[in-house]
Amino acid sequence: MAATLLRLATAGSVDDGKSTLVGRLLHDTKSVLSDQLAAVERVSRDRGLTAADLALLTDGLRAEREQGITIDVAYRYFATANRSFVLADCPGHVQYTRNTVTGSSTADVVVLLVDARKGVLEQTRRHLAVTALLRVPHVVVAVNKIDLVDFSQEVYERVEAEVRAVARELGVVDATTIPVSALDGDNIAERSERTPWYAGPSLLELLEALPPSDDPAHESFRLPVQLVIRPQGAARDEAHRDYRGYAGQVASGVVRVGDEVVALPSGRRTTVVGIDLGERSLDEAFAPQSVTLRLADEIDISRGDVIAAAADAPVPTQDIEAVVCWLGDAPLRPAQRLLLKHGSRTVQTAVRSLNGALDLDNLHAVPADSLSLNDIGLVTLRLAAPLPVENYSVSRRGGSFLLIDAHDGRTVAAGMVGATLPSGAPAPTEPEGDEEWEI
Amino acid sequence: MTTTTNVTAAQAISTTGDEGATGLAAHRSGDDSDDRRLSQLDALEAEAILVIREMAGELERPALLFSGGKDSVVMLHLATKAFWPAPIPFPVLHVDTGHNFPEVLAYRDETVERLGLRLVVASVQDYIDDGRLRERADGTRNPLQTLPLLDAINDNRFDGVFGGGRRDEEKARAKERIVSLRDEFGQWDPKNQRPELWNLFNPRHRPGEHVRVFPISNWTEVDIWRYIDREDIPLAPLYYAHEREVFRRDGMWLAVGPVSQPRDDEPVETRLVRYRTVGDMSCTGAVESPARTNAEIALEVAASTLTERGATRADDRISEAAMEDRKKEGYF
Repeated sequence: MAATLLRLATAGSVDDGKSTLVGRLLHDTKSVLSDQLAAVERVSRDRGLTAADLALLTDGLRAEREQGITIDVAYRYFATANRSFVLADCPGHVQYTRNTVTGSSTADVVVLLVDARKGVLEQTRRHLAVTALLRVPHVVVAVNKIDLVDFSQEVYERVEAEVRAVARELGVVDATTIPVSALDGDNIAERSERTPWYAGPSLLELLEALPPSDDPAHESFRLPVQLVIRPQGAARDEAHRDYRGYAGQVASGVVRVGDEVVALPSGRRTTVVGIDLGERSLDEAFAPQSVTLRLADEIDISRGDVIAAAADAPVPTQDIEAVVCWLGDAPLRPAQRLLLKHGSRTVQTAVRSLNGALDLDNLHAVPADSLSLNDIGLVTLRLAAPLPVENYSVSRRGGSFLLIDAHDGRTVAAGMVGATLPSGAPAPTEPEGDEEWEI
Repeated sequence: MTTTTNVTAAQAISTTGDEGATGLAAHRSGDDSDDRRLSQLDALEAEAILVIREMAGELERPALLFSGGKDSVVMLHLATKAFWPAPIPFPVLHVDTGHNFPEVLAYRDETVERLGLRLVVASVQDYIDDGRLRERADGTRNPLQTLPLLDAINDNRFDGVFGGGRRDEEKARAKERIVSLRDEFGQWDPKNQRPELWNLFNPRHRPGEHVRVFPISNWTEVDIWRYIDREDIPLAPLYYAHEREVFRRDGMWLAVGPVSQPRDDEPVETRLVRYRTVGDMSCTGAVESPARTNAEIALEVAASTLTERGATRADDRISEAAMEDRKKEGYF
């Protein structure tokens, strides 16, 4: 069995020991090589520390080392016998929403640190709220610095109960707690003898055993078309002069040769006659493979269109209700015009209304007339063209989008489609039933 | 029938609520998908091809950095797959330090010929010859590549440049985005990077700015070798064990050549070596190794106790922030 890939993100408040935990995971999986460790030891010694400060392994920028804080998401890699890990180390305090949203958007699991002495803080609640909103499949709460409370079972159980209550309240999909000392390595790679009352797995054992992710291969088939491959006279092999294929990543589901598919937004139907991955032909492809589909009919499909299972296609719409995490320096205001990127399509959009914002202190919706950096709110958007968006609760891929500032190109929001509204647009853009797809 | 629903702000924001949790749990309960799980290499390949295609679709005039080194060779292989059976729709760009291993240049030219690519060369030597750049005291030319690179990007109006940089190589690179903005001076601002969300990549920029694109960001050195082995990708011969005249300097084996001459106290020996990285010949060291096949190299790399840059790159030992400083100026 080939090794699988698990994407994890870390989150925590200031001084929870997150960089130390990441350093410990790298160290204990022997992912730190001797020249890296020597550099850390040298810098630690220069600073008058008696032991190597493992946090230095992850703080990659000069300013981070100077200030002893993590400024931006850093990516780290480690592996065990059966699994490789891509770790997004997200800063806890600077721009925490922006960074936690970024890390959580691709994560299979978020490891959230809580200081055993402090328990669940306001920021812990916010992090849990973001992971729930982003639908991260698993959350592991590492109750850190357990050594500083004398490995007390009572303290751990109190924190665990707090975590459980908050996770239930916020709708976190799957949360597990583990007592750890990142500094000393207790319950990181191996179970610690100093917490004999703890019967669960070590952090690494848990990460190795988790099912990789919510499984997009089980959703309905969707493939956003990135490119139309049509070599014509440029074909390096004469045999491919007339080749025409639609290249993209299977965003969700499975597609087989012979399947009936529909192109969106045109609604034209056809049949898959071939699936290519480089020069290899496949009988089927599944998410997240990047492939090229050959179709029975030469229908009009271009970059930005979506090829979907004919039996179960999303309905394109021009009106979207969505939760957005605002990441722009300038605030979002109603009536603002922006670009929206969904799959491989970018369209103009206007903010029709701002319907509320998430109060991050109380974690409930309140009225709002603008969204500032790191705010989360609910908006109604009008699109310049219909898009086959899906509900984020059904599909993380089909329900996610970016909002982009058209002037400077910056990404200003992460969006999750909560619900779509009937657009009331003319029939061609808003068909009522399957029959009308046959144009 | 449309399946749309109207919800209130409170309801939608409470997608964090209980009903959401139930939805996902139900969704996962039918899990019988062990046979449809991509291996690590397949997942990395799929991600890289996604990025390459998306940038080919979004950008007007991209180019791919190609040095003949293993990472750029893997990049070319992935690009070939991404557009097959059409040719790669953009040129390749080589910043030639003038300190290249001759085998690597020969390999570069063969590969460009075999794949029918257009090669753009930016020559550090030209800049030194006409005085736009001056040779450094230590003789290394890696930091000198930045200006010719940025000029080539401007002159050819490239709006995006694919590179084979990997986050596991170096701690400043660990902070890098897959699609990373450069300002009109080619500078990287690590404190002000775009958030990179889901699989949605945004390379939009203002005129004069450009993006660097790193499709193999998430690959490690071992992944590269396992992939080269699996896909049977031909490489320049100096990656494999061979006998070479070398001398010891700064704890590395340097090849005897026009730009790397031993000093009196550096005896020349013939050793069985191979290269883990290829770069400026004057500061790129060989490692002693008997590994002659891709599979042997993958095993050797997996067991190595040194990073590839630590083992073979004198210039990265200058300071804690050598790479960060070069990157901020516009280096790869």
